[in-house]
Amino acid sequence: MRDVAVIGIGCTPFGEKWGSSFRDLFVQAGTMALEDAGVAGEEIGAMYVGNMSAGRFIEQEHVGALIADYAGLATAHIPSTRVEAACASGGLSFRQAFIAVASGLEEIVVAAGVEKMTDVGTGVSVDALAGAADREWEGFVGATFPGLYAMIATDYMNRYPLTREQLAQVAVKNHYNGARNPIAQFSQEITIETVLSSSLVADPLRLFDCSPITDGAAAVVLAPLERAREYTDTPVRVLASAQASDTIALHDRRDISTLDATVAAGKRAFEMAQLSPRDIDLVEVHDCFTIAEICAIEDLGFCRKGEAGRLTEEGVTALGGDLPVNTSGGLKACGHPVGATGIKQVCEVVQQLRGEAGRRQVDGARIGMTHNVGGTGATVAVHILGV
Amino acid sequence: MVGIITYGVYIPRFRIRVEEIARVWGANADDIRGGLGVHSKSVPDLDEDTATIAVEAARSALRRRAIDPAGIGAVYVGSESHPYAVKPTACTVGEAIGATPVMTAADYEFACKAGTAAIQTCMGLVASGMVTYGLAIGSDVAQGAPSDALEYTAAAGGAAFLIGDRDPIAVIHRTCSFTTDTPDFWRREGQDYPRHGGRFTGEPGYFRHIEGASRLLMEQTGKGPKDYTYAVFHQPNAKFPQRVAKTLGFSPDQIRPGLVVPSLGNTYSGSSMIGLAATLDHAKPGDTIFMASFGSGAGSDAFDIEVTDAIASGEFCREAAPSVAALLADPIYVDYAQYARHKGKIVMQK
Amino acid sequence: MSSVARFWRKIPQRYNLVGTRCATCGRYFFPPRNLCPDCRRAGKIVEHRFAGTGTVVTYTVIRTASEQFEQMTPYVLAVVQLDEGPRFTAQLVCRPEEARIGLRVRPVFRRISADGESGVIHYGTKFAPGTP
Repeated sequence: MRDVAVIGIGCTPFGEKWGSSFRDLFVQAGTMALEDAGVAGEEIGAMYVGNMSAGRFIEQEHVGALIADYAGLATAHIPSTRVEAACASGGLSFRQAFIAVASGLEEIVVAAGVEKMTDVGTGVSVDALAGAADREWEGFVGATFPGLYAMIATDYMNRYPLTREQLAQVAVKNHYNGARNPIAQFSQEITIETVLSSSLVADPLRLFDCSPITDGAAAVVLAPLERAREYTDTPVRVLASAQASDTIALHDRRDISTLDATVAAGKRAFEMAQLSPRDIDLVEVHDCFTIAEICAIEDLGFCRKGEAGRLTEEGVTALGGDLPVNTSGGLKACGHPVGATGIKQVCEVVQQLRGEAGRRQVDGARIGMTHNVGGTGATVAVHILGV
Repeated sequence: MVGIITYGVYIPRFRIRVEEIARVWGANADDIRGGLGVHSKSVPDLDEDTATIAVEAARSALRRRAIDPAGIGAVYVGSESHPYAVKPTACTVGEAIGATPVMTAADYEFACKAGTAAIQTCMGLVASGMVTYGLAIGSDVAQGAPSDALEYTAAAGGAAFLIGDRDPIAVIHRTCSFTTDTPDFWRREGQDYPRHGGRFTGEPGYFRHIEGASRLLMEQTGKGPKDYTYAVFHQPNAKFPQRVAKTLGFSPDQIRPGLVVPSLGNTYSGSSMIGLAATLDHAKPGDTIFMASFGSGAGSDAFDIEVTDAIASGEFCREAAPSVAALLADPIYVDYAQYARHKGKIVMQK
Repeated sequence: MSSVARFWRKIPQRYNLVGTRCATCGRYFFPPRNLCPDCRRAGKIVEHRFAGTGTVVTYTVIRTASEQFEQMTPYVLAVVQLDEGPRFTAQLVCRPEEARIGLRVRPVFRRISADGESGVIHYGTKFAPGTP
């Protein structure tokens, strides 16, 4: 196993992109990443693309081949693979690319993620997203994705001292950060009142507790660390890559308010990097809903169960705090094009570690972490990157 | 001796008051309440229909007595609101009570007497030895056209009767029917709501057939009204059963326990059967019950019933399922808008 | 458009709460599993029909639903724990205000959804407060 570095990143603006098709988005992100890496198309050895549901959203399967084709590399016959793990598709795409380079089988590999969600109506997208959960035993009886996370919130708030205001503060913080991120879907700051007066989606979660429907794509280029400086002065090393699974249905979890897959992947990542939570300067966690960020902070080991609400309220996880969480704006404000999120998280951490994060820069950031979840926690991918 | 082995009833919890319906159509609530003798009717929940009501009634029946469902050899569900025009409600019921696959089944339609027709069929199957137990159900989520007179009474509910000859709680000594081709009330295939002949539904419909079947039964049994403890008649409103009881010589006291229509409304195929169940809820060993159902189209089925010791034995546990009185108590009242939503009367974008 | 066969295959589960039990370790499964996660190939799986009484573990009120359930909102969704142990997801038949963690529930037969106006009706089990 050899060391791997990220040598280039690219991310499209996230949002409702009526004028951009699935192919447009991918090509845009891929081109940005290659230019950033200074890599020519012919040098790419393999591609991985995370995508949850092109089949439901644009009636297109065989996405790996589609991507290679529109990247102009089909005639070079490069291996191109679609990776799917619901909302963790991007994180898994990154991990597969990492494994390909770390193993020595490939040299330059692109890890991308793309989702085009707005070509269908809300009813269809809500139903497509429900495929991330257990269709037979959750979806069939009327469970929605917000509904499942709302049940986590009900359980959590029954057992731990989390207030409704603390939960809302997660969204407020992420909007603050998103307002400083040029690619974010939402650029307006909000208040706790905004969250608490928005309409209920699934009690206790309201509209502003939920991440949006988004179009977007992101891509990164990986290379062996020993060759990274051929391409860039600011290589970012992949210190750890970890992945874990858990029961697909929320009702089968050991503990409804703990994502054991996050706990497992987090531990494996820290073990692999020989680091601990206090070494992390910033972390991008999977805040598909505000409650998800609360659980993520705890399950990754940054604090004890029940404490993340207080930490949020006290500003510990804010941009200027001791542990900035979701400086990109998170899924909530930056947007959540499902398959792209895991790669976007890597892009954000890389920008931060290079000192290129502008108004949302974390001073002296040297080690960052990404946390990407599929469904209600059935798949989790955790990566640690450092300079 | 063929008779009722056990029975069960299901009535949805929602109700709408006659004055609420009258308010919407600008009608006089007092006149309507006075004319019909009905003050509210039951309304199904958004996720209830004839099949769910039939299953709940059947399950209630089976909770009251230890019967191996595999012994149920026939299931018939009578209704005028079967969820499918083609695919029997009886199959869903059979599956939900564990009677499948060794059984026969079919759905019946005969306006409000489809359920009692099912009882007669089950009696024949049991008496001939073709089945050990037969399940007869009358269940409906009745539809009345908006602002039509029937809208004030068309209700939802159902009753299930398990027929057999092994220690029945009530023996059905005899049944007979009076049937003609009479267009008093009908619904054409594909139409949402039934139509009726107004006052024609009275004498040529309800009264002719119930009196016909009742007199036929009394001739055949040699018994008269004084020989019965109770009487139950089909109840489209409170006035008709009271009038026919009087005409035939039954007293108000005899029909009182079975007269459920004032708060329940007309549950169509469930109507006389729920009335019978309400009577059995009160009955003691030795009590006798005269019942005559009525279905438009038209026909009446009459029954000579005698309650046995088994109803008070340890074999049969009435308390294991809610009585009709318990099901009628503690209703949830809805307004017309909610009622229309529950009954699917609001045309939605398909 | 949903699959006729996929619904039909699970009718014993949807109507009658037929699950499984691992005879080797005694663990109960609803929804049923063909493979015990603890014993895996060493586990002997047998059928088990659940009585249906249970307790609410957590819940929510769904106000925005997928297309199939749009007409039913708001409705209560819960994780119910059957007395024998397994937990699963189901709708509750109660007003949103009545739902609470720890509520004792019993099974009722209801219409879950339908495949449009002309397709198959999906019946199944929801849970109402109280004891049977």
